[in-house]
Amino acid sequence: MSRADNSADASPAPPSYLELRDLRIHFPTDDGLVKSVDGLSFRLDRGKTLGIVGESGSGKSVTSLGILGLHNRRNARVSGEIWLDGEELVTAPPDAVRALRGKKMAMIFQDPLSAMHPYYTVGNQIIEAYRIHNKVTKAVARKHAVDMLGRVGIPQPDRRVDDYPHEFSGGMRQRAMIAMALSCDPELLIADEPTTALDVTVQAQILDLMRDLQREFDSALIIITHDLGVVAELSDDILVMYGGACIEYGSTDDIFYRPEHPYTWGLLSSMPRLDREPTERLLPIKGTPPSLINVPPGCVFSPRCPYADRTGDRAATEVPELLETRAGHGGHGGHGGHMVRCHMPPAERRSLWENDVKPMLETT
Amino acid sequence: MVTYIIRRLIAAILMLLIVSMVTFAIFFLVPRLAGATPEGMASRYVGRTANAETAKLAAERLGFNDPVVVQYGNYIKGIVFGAEYDYGPGVEKCPAPCLGYSFITRQPVLNDLIDRFPVTLSLAVGAAVIWVLAGVSIGVLSALRRGSLFDRAAMTVALAGVSLPIFFTGLISLVVLSYGNPFSIFAQGGHYTPITENPIEWAYNLILPWITLAFLFAAGYARLTRAGMLDTMNEDYIRTARAKGLPERTVVAKHGLRGALTPIVTIFGLDFGLLIGGAVLTESTYSLQGLGKYAVDAITNNDLPKVMGVTLLTAVFVIAANLIVDLLYAVVDPRVRLS
Repeated sequence: MSRADNSADASPAPPSYLELRDLRIHFPTDDGLVKSVDGLSFRLDRGKTLGIVGESGSGKSVTSLGILGLHNRRNARVSGEIWLDGEELVTAPPDAVRALRGKKMAMIFQDPLSAMHPYYTVGNQIIEAYRIHNKVTKAVARKHAVDMLGRVGIPQPDRRVDDYPHEFSGGMRQRAMIAMALSCDPELLIADEPTTALDVTVQAQILDLMRDLQREFDSALIIITHDLGVVAELSDDILVMYGGACIEYGSTDDIFYRPEHPYTWGLLSSMPRLDREPTERLLPIKGTPPSLINVPPGCVFSPRCPYADRTGDRAATEVPELLETRAGHGGHGGHGGHMVRCHMPPAERRSLWENDVKPMLETT
Repeated sequence: MVTYIIRRLIAAILMLLIVSMVTFAIFFLVPRLAGATPEGMASRYVGRTANAETAKLAAERLGFNDPVVVQYGNYIKGIVFGAEYDYGPGVEKCPAPCLGYSFITRQPVLNDLIDRFPVTLSLAVGAAVIWVLAGVSIGVLSALRRGSLFDRAAMTVALAGVSLPIFFTGLISLVVLSYGNPFSIFAQGGHYTPITENPIEWAYNLILPWITLAFLFAAGYARLTRAGMLDTMNEDYIRTARAKGLPERTVVAKHGLRGALTPIVTIFGLDFGLLIGGAVLTESTYSLQGLGKYAVDAITNNDLPKVMGVTLLTAVFVIAANLIVDLLYAVVDPRVRLS
């Protein structure tokens, strides 16, 4: 799956519902070119859930905004392909993408208080979302809004529909946000950190709700988060992003039980877990995420990688390719199996995981 | 809500009383402290008096010998119950609400104010329509095309607009567009036709003053709108609006501008309230007989009752505008709850 294979110009429409091929979103700035997303490819079918995990600044939010065409058009340079249900979106005119937005693909944002307009009632905002894509009267749209609020579990929806966002609690607001995103039965739903701003108890409710609604609508779901716990709950497949690119991709089981990239190991060890002996401290990944302007040469993760010296000069000179390490298991998403972007040979990675990393996670 | 309004109304009346006290003190107490005699005060009040005898009589009859506090009490009593002024040869009646009586023009001040008010109101309303439309739309366009040639040009003109005084822009407009030169397409100053008589002539005569006044205000509103739009267009809810698939026009007007509107409404209320109390410079420049010109003339002629009256009226407008703005706030921003 090298980049050269994907850059053919007139690619045929893929069989998957959503497919990204070598997506690049770059922003020229005064300080240099910011490569927010740099060669990202993945596929997703309806009814399946993909979790995109990464630290702040790894490009995961820009990816989702790029799919919806919500990136800043004035200064972004986008290349690659985004195929949604047989339509290519990168080259499509903005108006065509706009017509799909909210109808075929919808998004749930991180902080529902700032993501909803403070001056309009929750109902009006849902009605607005519904009426852009459906030519119905206000009364019909209002009834639909009440229905949607009821479906996402808001009590007394016929009364709450006239409330303003600030009159809702955090969890209720996120439910309303979900109702708004689902109002036109989107086939692709992207949730950008949907539970980050919420209480832990409410987080679980929202995740349950999203799982139920996904089954009901048979939509393709992308969950973007830095919280591995969230994706463990919901995802079929997980894509780990680092420095604007995918560094490991696999089924949820692959990522949690057979991870092969040192960065994924780092993510797993920095996650607090109750089934683990309480240690004095978590094991954070050393260093900070890379600058997206001056991306480190060679392997992007090499400056922070504890095993970088095992591959000699290659870590700092040669960009590792994203290679399949194990064929797909057939279950879950099953796209492309388990892929890792690392210079170390698969056998060495597996042995490191089994002997060094995994024991640390389980006992310590 | 009702209790809030009642409370604010009571506060407004108290505020007016304070304004009236301060104004009264400036015109009636300060001269006395500075050494003016009751006779001197009375003579200024009634105009030229031939001899000391008449002045003394006038001071006696008009109450200038009373302590200033009593004089103030009488003034307020006049507003509530009306007053009668015995000036010697006869008695002038001034029915409630009596804002004073000018012996120079032999008119109750209130009648003058009622005569003058339509002129100022016409000026203010027309100018307000122009400056809100122009200022807000220029501000929105500037914000959307931040850094463009249009933005820079508009903001430069706006800077000129807020910096240049009316008596400069007004006179320039008169010289260029009026006064018998080839471009004299607009009326010279000093003409006013009531809208009820001839709306077209009314508007024609007021166009230049409207534009001059609107230029000053539009500049400020353009800058305010631009700053507000730059803020709101970066809000998360704008991204949400786009994510719904709304056309950009709707995103800007319904979501962006709506979010930036609160400070504009606030400033507009206060500006308009102050303006209908008299646009002193514009009215003077164009010789419009409005409240502002009235105030200037009253001060020039040392006609104290008129000055008192027009000051109080302006205070009423400003305080009312404040109250309305505060009430509107709850309408504009539902997060503001009045309790």
